[in-house]
Amino acid sequence: MSGVLVFGELTDGHLSGTTAELIALGKQLGESVAVALFGGNMAGAADEAAAYGADRVHLVEDPLLVDGQKDAIIAAFDSLCREVSPDIVLIGKTPLGLDVGPRLAFRLHAGLAQDCVSLEMRDGKLVATRSVYGGNALATVGFPEQGPRIAIVRGKVYEPLAPDASQTAEIVKFEPKLDSSVIKAKTVQVVKRESQGVRLDDADVVVSGGRGLGGPDPFAQLQELASLLKGAVGASRAACDAGWLDHSYQVGLTGKTVTPNLYIAVGISGASQHMAGCSGAKNIVAINKDENANIFKEARYGVVGDWKGVLSSFIETVRELTKS
Amino acid sequence: MTSSGAQLKILVCVKQVIDPETPLSAFKIDPGTKRVAPAAGVPPVVNGFDENAVEAALRLKDSVGAEVTVLSMSDSFAMDVMKKPLSMGADALVLAQDSQFRDLDPFASAYVLAAAIRKLDGFDLILCGRQASDWDNAQVPTGIAEMLGLPLVTVAQKLDLASGGIVVERALPDGYEVVEAPLPALVTVSNELGEPRYPTLRGIMAAGKKTPTTFSASDLEVDPARLAPRMHLLDLAVPPRDSKCEFISGENEADTGRQLALRLREAKLI
Ligand SMILES: Cc1cc2nc3c(=O)[nH]c(=O)nc-3n(C[C@H](O)[C@H](O)[C@H](O)COP(=O)(O)OP(=O)(O)OC[C@H]3O[C@@H](n4cnc5c(N)ncnc54)[C@H](O)[C@@H]3O)c2cc1C
Repeated sequence: MSGVLVFGELTDGHLSGTTAELIALGKQLGESVAVALFGGNMAGAADEAAAYGADRVHLVEDPLLVDGQKDAIIAAFDSLCREVSPDIVLIGKTPLGLDVGPRLAFRLHAGLAQDCVSLEMRDGKLVATRSVYGGNALATVGFPEQGPRIAIVRGKVYEPLAPDASQTAEIVKFEPKLDSSVIKAKTVQVVKRESQGVRLDDADVVVSGGRGLGGPDPFAQLQELASLLKGAVGASRAACDAGWLDHSYQVGLTGKTVTPNLYIAVGISGASQHMAGCSGAKNIVAINKDENANIFKEARYGVVGDWKGVLSSFIETVRELTKS
Repeated sequence: MTSSGAQLKILVCVKQVIDPETPLSAFKIDPGTKRVAPAAGVPPVVNGFDENAVEAALRLKDSVGAEVTVLSMSDSFAMDVMKKPLSMGADALVLAQDSQFRDLDPFASAYVLAAAIRKLDGFDLILCGRQASDWDNAQVPTGIAEMLGLPLVTVAQKLDLASGGIVVERALPDGYEVVEAPLPALVTVSNELGEPRYPTLRGIMAAGKKTPTTFSASDLEVDPARLAPRMHLLDLAVPPRDSKCEFISGENEADTGRQLALRLREAKLI
């Protein structure tokens, strides 16, 4: 084969949103798009991949893949790539994808573009635009001739295609016949922090706070505002590092990518590493006492002022307006 | 690998980077060389996540005892910057320095660092920051682990030794996973681990007296062909930012808050 191979991931047993985004991107880049799925019981996810536009699904099966060990998945994906020699490999910027991409690149002696915000064909060659220097700069990079061109793609940049359940894909089984020695590091436990209310990742409204809040207590007010707007609370890394909130609230380059309709940033300076996680928001509103804060360069609406004086009346007015 | 009783040997890889807190107005790219021009008066720093890795090593040194060596690779170093890990409490500094080591890509960087680690030999644990704040590649640690055949655990928020191995809490977007690996292993460290300690006066004095070990390309028997970049940099640019902020104000701060809400309602955003 040539064409595009997507590293498939699941969330709660279904094809992940990121994987659907990568299929849509793959369709723009190559003639055919294949998706690799790992483990057993993948028939449902394979149908979903087909509905989102995949032409082919590789069901990668091996006893060692059953409990989802990362080292086994990487070895299996490496083996599949050698078998099918894709031109382009697309991987999501996810906790798993961020490990898979570089390891595959080193094993296959291939080129890798990290954190891509755009991929396109120029004169038949793949060109990636990627965020570097924390988002302060964009690098446009081309790939070597040898090996597949591997791209780790930032989430929520590309839209999935509208799913069409009548579409089918060719299903190909692949058995990598892994040796147990491939598993060197082993996950023995996963501890999940259950978020209450609206999930930050999918929220339509996000109310974020930063170091300017001065402590953990003001976040109760942000939560109140978020609840009124049926949204979720987020934070800058500075607020999380200070221990005011758990890191699962962190928005940014090394935190979550959010794309709400409304992003309200309170006491956040707007460092590029923070904006990397929220610049996809349709409308950014900033409350900051420093008129030169970078956040105002990206905001649609801004208030230059101390949140302590502004926030309470803002919340009260929002409460009145959203009452009916 | 350490037999029981012997001192744990930890190597931490660190990179000198342009200060990521450089004000945006001072962040400039030289279009000719496609390089970021260091801002005048803003000294380079040790990559933040690498300081977290140094901190992780020093915590193990505090709790179980360890010898901590710091390794860095570049064509040139700001020596007061590179000595910071020593003044935090690391024991030794090794610099792989050669004019050929300028702006190496992740593949070449991992190759040179792996060569240096092979030459130094005998480490139980190699720690790196999860990514460098300049190119945000997060590939070099992976490359070192792949070239040395080591188990790899990324994005650690906590590390503990257990019989013959290491137990790592790997930070996830909504929680963490517990990963076990035998030693020797390579672990990348994230800021969730906690703030790196400040250098002490005693540490700074001790660091001043230490002379780094240096390796050149020929010391490491580096094959120059493997230093060529794998990817082609076509362009490096500051993204355009067309500021279009509408500033809201009122008679006083409370009124401003009210006006903001009314404006957002008018724009159908709430
Ligand atoms: C490799 C790397 C990755 C990173 N990843 C992330 C990431 O994922 N997410 C992230 O957020 N950061 C990240 N950072 C950190 C980032 O560079 C900034 O340091 C961080 O975002 C700053 O957080 P902040 O805006 O809350 O704090 P500050 O920059 O300190 O800003 C605080 C703001 O609050 C304002 N303020 C203070 N008091 C008041 C008041 N009373 N009323 C109104 N305004 C007030 C100030 O004017 C200031 O603008 C990363 C950094 C690096 C190097």
